[in-house]
Amino acid sequence: MADVALRDVVKRFDNVEAVRQISLDIPDKEFVVLVGPSGCGKSTTLRMIAGLEEASAGDILIDGEKVNDVPPKDRDIAMVFQNYALYPHMTVFENMSFGLRLRRFPKAQIRERVEHAAKILDITDLLDRRPKQLSGGQRQRVAMGRAIVRNPKVFLFDEPLSNLDAKLRVQMRTEIKRVHQKVKTTTVYVTHDQVEAMTLADRVVVMNGGRIEQIGTPQELYHHPKTRFVAGFIGSPAMNFVPARLETNGSGLSLRVSDKYAFPVPATRTERYRPHVGKDLTFGLRPEHITEPRGEGRDPRSEFTVNLDVVEPMGMETMVFFTVGNTEVCSRVEPSAASGPGEPMRLYANLNHMHLIDPANDQVL
Amino acid sequence: MTAVTATSVPRVRASRVQGSLQRGRRWALVLSYVFLVIFAVFFLIPPYYMIVTSLKSNAEVAHLSSNPWLLSQGFTFEHFRTLLKETDFLIYFKNTAIVTVCVVVITMVVSVLAAFSLGRMKFWGSGILATGIFLTYLVPDTLLFIPLFQIVRGLGLLNSYWAMVLVYPTLTVPFCTWIMIGYFSSIPKELDEAAMIDGANHMQMLTRIFIPVALPGIIAATIFCFTVSWAAFVYPMAFLYSSDQLVLTVGTVTSLIRADVYQWGMLMAGALLAAAPPLIIYAFLMDYYIAGLTAGATKG
Amino acid sequence: MVDVTHPLRSAAAPAAPAAKTGLNRLMRRRSSVAFLMCLPLIVIITSLVIYPAGYSMFLSTLNKAQTKFVGLDNFRFLLKRDVFLMVVWQSAIFAITAVLFKALIGLVTAHLVNNLPAKGQRKWRGMLLVPWVIPLALSTLSWWWLFDPTHSAFNYVIEAFGGEPIAWLGNPYWARFSVILVNVWYGAPFFLIMYLAALKSVPEQLYEAAKIDGANAWQQFIHVTLPMMRNIIAITVLFSLIVTFANFDIVQIMTAGGPRNMTHVFATYAFLLGIRSGDIPLGASVSLFMFPILAISAVFILRGVRKRGREIG
Repeated sequence: MADVALRDVVKRFDNVEAVRQISLDIPDKEFVVLVGPSGCGKSTTLRMIAGLEEASAGDILIDGEKVNDVPPKDRDIAMVFQNYALYPHMTVFENMSFGLRLRRFPKAQIRERVEHAAKILDITDLLDRRPKQLSGGQRQRVAMGRAIVRNPKVFLFDEPLSNLDAKLRVQMRTEIKRVHQKVKTTTVYVTHDQVEAMTLADRVVVMNGGRIEQIGTPQELYHHPKTRFVAGFIGSPAMNFVPARLETNGSGLSLRVSDKYAFPVPATRTERYRPHVGKDLTFGLRPEHITEPRGEGRDPRSEFTVNLDVVEPMGMETMVFFTVGNTEVCSRVEPSAASGPGEPMRLYANLNHMHLIDPANDQVL
Repeated sequence: MTAVTATSVPRVRASRVQGSLQRGRRWALVLSYVFLVIFAVFFLIPPYYMIVTSLKSNAEVAHLSSNPWLLSQGFTFEHFRTLLKETDFLIYFKNTAIVTVCVVVITMVVSVLAAFSLGRMKFWGSGILATGIFLTYLVPDTLLFIPLFQIVRGLGLLNSYWAMVLVYPTLTVPFCTWIMIGYFSSIPKELDEAAMIDGANHMQMLTRIFIPVALPGIIAATIFCFTVSWAAFVYPMAFLYSSDQLVLTVGTVTSLIRADVYQWGMLMAGALLAAAPPLIIYAFLMDYYIAGLTAGATKG
Repeated sequence: MVDVTHPLRSAAAPAAPAAKTGLNRLMRRRSSVAFLMCLPLIVIITSLVIYPAGYSMFLSTLNKAQTKFVGLDNFRFLLKRDVFLMVVWQSAIFAITAVLFKALIGLVTAHLVNNLPAKGQRKWRGMLLVPWVIPLALSTLSWWWLFDPTHSAFNYVIEAFGGEPIAWLGNPYWARFSVILVNVWYGAPFFLIMYLAALKSVPEQLYEAAKIDGANAWQQFIHVTLPMMRNIIAITVLFSLIVTFANFDIVQIMTAGGPRNMTHVFATYAFLLGIRSGDIPLGASVSLFMFPILAISAVFILRGVRKRGREIG
C-alpha cells in the first residue's frame, strides 16, 4: 500500500519528447486511469513508474521515496500487460508463483498466497493448466493473479483489456473493479478507451501529446471538461462542436450557430459568457443534450427543425445526423420520435449543458 | 412441376462440373504420386543399396551374374561382426562421439549466450556483430582448412581428435547463433519485462524464461550441431591420419579401404552404422530438424 | 487526492539534467553483461575464422618452404598452369549445373508434395529428405560402390536391357557427370524443404483471389507462387552455390580429382597441393580463388535474408 507521485517527469526518445514534464499525485488505495489517444505518452508514463523506462528528467516517488534509481524488481510493483505476458512453459500456478519463488519465499507461504489469489479471481480449477489451454478472459485473470500474489505496493495495468472481445471486456472490467475493491492496492491503469476509464477510475488523467490535459473524477470530466480535447474525448458519441458567435439579446445573450439558428443562453451563464460577445467561438453540446422536444420547462426558442441526413437506430435510442452550416451534428433521440432520412424533424437543444470553447487556446470558457 | 425442373436442371449441370473438377484433381493427384515415386526411388537408391550390400555374403557380392539389387542368397550379419571385431571401427565411433558431444556442448553454450545478448540486450556494435555472424556462417570450411592446418600444427594438435573439438565450432557456432537470435527475438518483449518485474536477473531470465520458451529452437540448433559435427569431413581428412585418432567419416572411407580387394559388404555395413545416429535422430525429431534447416533463411 | 502541480511552478523548476542515475548505471552494466555474453563467440570467430582467413592471405605470398616472401608469384604460377585453369572451369561447371538441377528438382518435388493431401505430406517429406541427413562422405561411398568399374549395379541394369556398360568413374566425362549427379542427389532435398516451407507461407487467400480472377493453375504459379517465393529461391540458390562451389567430399572420395585431373574442384585441388604435396602456400592460394564468388553471393544472400525478414515481419 503506497502513494505514487510524479514530479516534472520528462521522457525523451532520441530528442523526441514523449512525456513533457508531467506531475501527478496518486494517494494510497486510489484507482487512477491514464487515458488518451495512442502516442499520448500514457504507456510511457506507466513504464516509467514500473522502471521499464528511465525518466529523462524529474522524480518518481513511491511511498515518498524517490525510485528513479531503483530497478523494477525492487520497486515493489506488479504489472499486467496488454498481451498478458504469461510464461508459456509454466502452469498457472508456476506463473503466479514465479516472482515469489525468485524471492525465495517459503513453499507453504507461496501456496497459500497463490490459492488465496486464485480464490479471489475464481481460477482455482485452472492452476495446473498452461496458458495455451486458457481462454482470453482466463489468461487475463491469471495475469492479474500474478500481480495479486506479490502483494505489491502498486498495481500497474497496461491496456489489459484491449485484446479481449467486446463482451468479455465489459465482464473483465467489472472483475478488475471488484478485485480492486477487495485488495485496495493503489492502481495505475492505462487505456485508450474512455468508457473503460470512466467506469473504472476513482480519478481519470486525460493525456494528450505528452501532457496532462485534465485530472478529475469521471463526473467532473464529463460535466466540466477544461479543454476542447477533454470535451471531445470523453463521452460517446463524441460532443458536437459547431462554430458560433455570442450576440446580445435584450438583457440576455443568444448564441448564433448559423444564419438560420440562434439559441438563447441560459440566464445562469450570461455573466460568465458576457466578456466574449462578438468573438468567434466553438459551441459544444453532447448528442444526449440534443433530443426530441421533451421535459418540462424547456425554452421553446431552443427548439428547431432540421432535415435528417442519416438515421442509425441503436435499439434503446436512435442516433440522427444532420448538418448545421458545414458541420455534421449528432443527436440521440427516442426511437419512436425519429423521422426517416431526408425527412424533417423537430429537435430541442438543452443549453443548460452547453460548453463554449475559445478556439484560440482550446480552453473551455 | 415447372418449378421443379427449373431448379433440378442447374443442379444436374453443377454436379457434372463438379465431377469433372474432381476427376481433374484426381488425375493431378495420381500424376503427383507417380512422379514422387520416381524421385523417391532416385533419392533412396544409395541407402537401399548400402543395406542390401551389407547383408550379402562376400561370395555373392563378388559374383558378377547375380542381381546386385536383390538378396538372392539369404542374408548374413557377418560383415557387421567383422567390422566390429576386426577393425578399428569402434574406435572411430568413440572418437566421433566424444568430439560431437564436446562440440555440441561448446556450441550451444556459446551461441545461446551470444544470441540472448544479441537478440535481447543490445550493446554498441551488436547489430554489426549479428551480420558478421551470418557472413561467417557462409565461409566454407574448404577456404579455411589450409591456414587452420598450419595453426593446428603450431598448437601441436595435428593428428589429435581434440583438434576437431577446436575447429568444428567454426562450422556450428555461427549458424546456431543466427537461428537462436531469430527464436529469441520472436519471444514477446513483455515476457522479459514481466520477468524483470518479477525479480529475475539476466541469467535467471535466460535460464528460466528464454531457454524453456525457445526450447524448439534449442532442439533444432542442437540437432543441426550434432549432424554437422558427425558428418564433418574436410577438417578430419586434413588434420588426422593415425587410426586411433580418426573419426567415422574419414575412418570409413580411408582406413577401412586398405586391402587390395575392397570389402564392400563390410564398407557398406560401416557406412550404415556410421550414418545411423543422425538418421535415428532425424526419424524421431524430424520436425525440429526441418525447422532448424529452414530457420536460417526465414528468421533473424 | 489527485493533483497537478501548477504548470507555472513546474515550468519554473529547472529540468534536472539527464543525471547518471542508478538506472543509467544499470543500463550500462547491462550492456557490459551483454558484451561479456558475446565474448566467447567473438573469440571463436576472431581466432578461428577471421585470423585464419587473414593468415591464409599471408601464407599465399610465401614460397613452398615458407621462408621467403614471393608476392603474387603463387597466383601467377597457378594461372599459367593448364591443370589449374581446368579446375576453375570444372568448378564452375560443377557448381552451376548442380545448383540448376537441384533447384529444378527441388521446385518440382516441393510442388508435388504440396499437392498431396495434408496427412500424407509428412511421410513423403520425411522420405525425400533422407539424402540430406546421411553424412555426405558415407553416402558418397555407397555411390562409389554403385559406380564400381566391375560390379556397378547401374551397369547391371543397363546390360539387362542390352546396353553397353558405362565406365562411370573411368571416363572423364562420365566422371564429371557422376560427381554432379551425386551432388544433385544430395542437395535437391534441401531445396525441396526450403521451397515447401515457402509454399506453405503463401496465404491461401491469394490463391482464392487469383482463382476468382480466373487464373488457371499455371497462371497462379507464375503470378502468385513465384513472386511470393522469389526471395527464398534466390537465397537458397545463392547459398547452395557457395556450398557446392566449396564442395570437397564427393570429388575427393569418388575420383580424388581424376581421371586426368578432369574432376578436380578448388577444394580437392587445394587439398592435393596443400596437404598431400605439402605446398601450403600454393594450396592456400588455390582456395583463396574461391573468395570472390563467395563474397559476392554472400552479399546478395544477406540482402535477401534481410528483405525476407521484413516481409515476414
